[in-house]
Amino acid sequence: MDLHSSIYNDEKLLKKLDAIREITIEDSLENEMVINMGPQHPATHGVLRLVLRLDGETVMAAVPELGYLHRGYEKMAEDMSYIEYIPHTDRLDYTATLCNNVAYVLAVEKLLGLESPKRAQYIRMMVAELSRIAAHMVAIGTYAMDVGAVTMVMWTFREREKIHNIFDKLIGARFTTSYTRIGGVAADADDEVLQMVKEFLDQFHSALDEMDKLLLGNKIFIDRLEGIGVLSKEDAIEYGVTGPNLRASGVEYDVRRAKPYLFYNELDFKIPTFSEGDCLARYFQRGDEVRESVKILYQILDKMPKGEIMANDPKHVLPHKTEIYTKMEELIHDFMLINYGINPPVGDVFFSAENPKGELGFYIVSNGTGHPWKMKIRSPSFCNLQVISKLCKGAMISDVVAIIGSLDPVMGEADK
Amino acid sequence: MEFKELIKKKVRNQFGDAVEEVVEFRNDLSITISKNNIVDFAKYLKEDSDLQFVTCKDLTAIDWATRKKRFTVVYHVYSFKNNFTIRIKSNIDEEPPQIETVSSVWESADWYERETYDMYGIKFINHPDLRRMYMPEGFQYHPLRKDFPVIGIPGSLPLPKKVE
Repeated sequence: MDLHSSIYNDEKLLKKLDAIREITIEDSLENEMVINMGPQHPATHGVLRLVLRLDGETVMAAVPELGYLHRGYEKMAEDMSYIEYIPHTDRLDYTATLCNNVAYVLAVEKLLGLESPKRAQYIRMMVAELSRIAAHMVAIGTYAMDVGAVTMVMWTFREREKIHNIFDKLIGARFTTSYTRIGGVAADADDEVLQMVKEFLDQFHSALDEMDKLLLGNKIFIDRLEGIGVLSKEDAIEYGVTGPNLRASGVEYDVRRAKPYLFYNELDFKIPTFSEGDCLARYFQRGDEVRESVKILYQILDKMPKGEIMANDPKHVLPHKTEIYTKMEELIHDFMLINYGINPPVGDVFFSAENPKGELGFYIVSNGTGHPWKMKIRSPSFCNLQVISKLCKGAMISDVVAIIGSLDPVMGEADK
Repeated sequence: MEFKELIKKKVRNQFGDAVEEVVEFRNDLSITISKNNIVDFAKYLKEDSDLQFVTCKDLTAIDWATRKKRFTVVYHVYSFKNNFTIRIKSNIDEEPPQIETVSSVWESADWYERETYDMYGIKFINHPDLRRMYMPEGFQYHPLRKDFPVIGIPGSLPLPKKVE
C-alpha cells in the first residue's frame, strides 16, 4: 500500500497530493505568483507596501497599500491651535521640513488676510529653496542607490549636510526645524548665515557637475532608467501628478510661476521640462531644478531687504520673548494667543505651494475659534503614488524599484 | 477677475436652481451644487471648452456635526488653460451618507474618494474599488468624524497579546 493512502483516507486530498507530486520546475514558472514588496523594503522609501502579481519577472499588476505611517495629523489639527500645529508640519515631508513650514504658515496667513514683512518673506524663500536642494539631494542619492550606484548617496548627503549646517546656524535645529511663525519667521538671518549660504552655493555647482559625471558616464545607470516607467502627459494630468514628475512629462506647471506666492514673481528663473516622461527624464528634471534653485538663491542673496522679521499685528502674531517679560500689553497678548488662539474669521481657504515632491496644499476650514474646524493636507506624495500601479504594469520586477525611486514618495507625507 | 464672472454666469445658465450657493472668500471661488447634479457638473466643468477644469487636485469632506445636512464633500479642481482653481461643494445628509463618484470624470479622484470613505464613512456610489485607504480592513469607525475621540477608542485596533 502506498504511504499516502495509509495516512489519508480522503479521496480528494489524495488526488491533490498526487497532482502536487507531478509539478515540475517548468510548471511553477508558467504560473503567476503574488509577492509582497514592503512595507519593510529598503527601496520603498519608508513603509510603502506593494502587492505584485508576477508572471515570471513581468509585473502583471501592482497594488499599493498605504497607511503604515498614518498618524492622523488631520485629526490632531482639529484639537490644537494654529500655532501649535507648526512643529507637526515638519513631520509630513521630513526631507524638506522648511518647505512644509512655509506652506502651512502661508495658508494660515491667507485665512487671516495677514502679510508678513518683506524680509521675512525673503528669508522664507531662501530656506525653502535650500530645503528644496536638500530634498532633491536625498531624492537623487537614494534613487541612484536603488538602481545600483551606491557612491552617489555619499556625495549627495555630503552636500545635504552642508545645508543642514546652515539650518543649524540659522534655526538651531537640523531636521525638526519649525522655523516659521504666523506673521514671520522665528529668527533673523544674520550676515554669517548669508555668508554660509553664499559659500555653499559657490562650491555647489562643481559638486553637481561631478555628480552628473559620475552617473551619466555609467552605462548601467542609463540602461536601467531609459524608457522605463513612461508617464504620458495626458495620464499625468488625469491622475493629478504634480511637481518634478509632472514637469518631466512635459507639462510646464509650477505653482511658483502659476500662482506666485512670497516674492517669486520678482525673481528670474526658468521652469525646466522634459518631454520623455520616463525614469531618466525624472532624474534630469531634479538635477535641473536644483540648478534653478541655485540661481534663485543667488538672486535672493542679492535682493535680501533690511527690516522687521515679524508682522506688526499683535492680535495674531506672537510677541518676542523679551517683550513678554518687560511689557504688560505684550504679556496679555501672549496669554490670549497661547490660551485662546488666533481666532481667524469664519471661512475656508485652500493654499498650495510648490514643494520638492509636488504641490503641497492646505485646506483649512475655520469656524472662528482658536482651533481649525477641519484641516485637509493635500500631500503631493499621496497623489503621485496613485500612478504607480499604472507605471508598474508590464514592467520587469527590477524596474519597480527604479519607478518608485523616480516618483520619489515620502511616506510621512503620503500617510499623513 | 473676469474669468470668475464667466464661470458664475455659465454655471448659472447651465444648472439653474441646482446651484445652491456661490461664495467668494479670500479670492477663492466656491460653488455649492446639489448632490444629484454632481457628476453632470463635474463633466461640464471638465469638458466645456472655455473652462477645461481637467485635473482634480483634492477631494475631502467636512463633518459639521450639528447641521441637518451633516457632511459637505469638497472638491478642488484646476484648469491649466485658465490657471484657476475652483472649489465645488456638495452637502449630503447624515443618513445615508452617500454621493455619486466623480472618479469616472477625474481619474485622480479614485484614491481621494477612498480616503474620504475611510475617514468619514461617505459611500461613493459606483466607485470601482471602494476600500479603506489608511485604516486596517476590519476597523469599525471613521476617525475624522467629530464623534470619534482624538485619543482613539481603546480595543478598536487589535494589538499583540501579552505573552505569559
